[in-house]
Amino acid sequence: MLSVNEVYKVFNPGTVNEKVALRNVTVTLEEGDFVTLIGGNGAGKSTLLNSIAGVFPVDKGSIIIDGTDVTKLPEHKRAAMLGRVFQDPMMGTASNMWIEENLALAFRRGKRRTLKWGITNKERMMYKELLAPLGLGLENRLTTKVGLLSGGQRQALTLLMATLKKPKLLLLDEHTAALDPKTAQKVLELSDKFIREGNLTTLMITHNMRDAIKYGNRLIMMHDGHIILDIKGEEKKKLTVENLLERFGKASGEEFANDRALLA
Amino acid sequence: MLQIILGAVSLGLLWAIMTIGVYITYRILDIADLTVEGTLAMGAAIAAQAITSGMNPYAATALALVGGLLAGLTTGILHTQLKIPALLSGILTMIALYSINLRIMGKANISLLRTETVYSWLQNLGLSDTNAVIVLGLIFVMVIVCFLYWFFGTELGSAIRATGNNPKMVRAQGINTDIMKIIGLVLSNGLVAISGALIAQSQSFADVQMGTGSIVIGLASVIIGEVLFGKKNFFSRLVSLVLGAITYRIIIALVLKMGMPANDLKLFTAITVAIALSLPVFKTYLNPVKISIKEGK
Repeated sequence: MLSVNEVYKVFNPGTVNEKVALRNVTVTLEEGDFVTLIGGNGAGKSTLLNSIAGVFPVDKGSIIIDGTDVTKLPEHKRAAMLGRVFQDPMMGTASNMWIEENLALAFRRGKRRTLKWGITNKERMMYKELLAPLGLGLENRLTTKVGLLSGGQRQALTLLMATLKKPKLLLLDEHTAALDPKTAQKVLELSDKFIREGNLTTLMITHNMRDAIKYGNRLIMMHDGHIILDIKGEEKKKLTVENLLERFGKASGEEFANDRALLA
Repeated sequence: MLQIILGAVSLGLLWAIMTIGVYITYRILDIADLTVEGTLAMGAAIAAQAITSGMNPYAATALALVGGLLAGLTTGILHTQLKIPALLSGILTMIALYSINLRIMGKANISLLRTETVYSWLQNLGLSDTNAVIVLGLIFVMVIVCFLYWFFGTELGSAIRATGNNPKMVRAQGINTDIMKIIGLVLSNGLVAISGALIAQSQSFADVQMGTGSIVIGLASVIIGEVLFGKKNFFSRLVSLVLGAITYRIIIALVLKMGMPANDLKLFTAITVAIALSLPVFKTYLNPVKISIKEGK
């Protein structure tokens, strides 16, 4: 479903701030894979996700989604295949617009925007039905501005928007990091439900080791622009935090340096 | 007095079209587009030159619209394709338009006295000059408000609104934000050019300087409209812009009547806009006081 081949990315080349973020990263996701991506600060997790989404071009290598080489495609063209939820709850929605308007924008992801009316009554019914199971009461607030919602509500809405039109690949970029622990857990469970029900191929960055172990069928750990661990199937099910830290130490030759991951 | 008010209303209606154009860039796209200063004069210049060359005034106004669309397109390309900051892109086009407007007219101003204008048929029906402008201004404003209400409700219009709000999210929904910004700028400048064409025909001359300070007048009208007439839904917002533009003209007419020298007009407008734009800052100074009173109880 996704194949990243030898992708290399350097930021600010030729300056004192030069930073190689991805060093020839290669990874393949099968259809239905739910991969949790973990790693220390500056390991290259977000860079990998943003490279796949096309936020910036990569310097070397290729990215193929469902058989289409998207390496040279701009962000908005790749969007037809991708569902994305960002770390910042403000990022995934248009805060000045209504809930239903945001959903309508997402419902047309990858489609040409025409001069047809921006939202139909049939859609409104559908949105109500889809919002109700979130258990947030949003189904009765279709014409509320998204800016008035809490961070958790916005992330749940963004998640619904990202999966409203089934994406070939769902990219979750620490989408619960900005939420309080209880809300984060709820949004994470909701994500897991959406992913399982839709059998969505997913790449989820998390800073929480326990979540990385608990969710998904595959765990990838990055360090200094490399993928250093790729654990799947039965082996993943048996993982513990201690176990993972030990394997990180062996693979990288360093202590795991991400306070958030350890304290969480 | 009534004559002064009616005059202000007629002028306000024509400037309302310009105000709506400024609203599209300033509020919807979140871009302060200075192109409009050049576009307003350009609309006037094209219409005046075309009319004095014998063209039908409505065709001349349509030609002005085309000029405005092109001006917006230029700024849009400078900003989105050549990555020049929006403010600077607008300034560049505005400056370029100064020379272009002089070329269009061949001189600094053109008189439209005793020529046929878009208002002529109404005047021939027996309406006074002012009333003819009010009637035609109203027709134009109503058509434009209805058009925009429809347009910004479409898929395309929604995408443009979202672009000004959160471009990152919009790209994630598969929309080319560059194109959306260009469409917004084109539409905005088209309206401003129509406004310029109608203003020139109502005042019977076009002048290369007539756009100077128009962005501030546009902003003042937008803000007055929002403060006084609310912003419940999109339709009432559009109507509030029209009322804002008219109110601005009435205020100006009144302060002039009260004896303020006309030369101080732009200073007065600039101060008004500066105060209005800084209101949120003053509010944050005032709010903590309220909270501390509550806590004191």
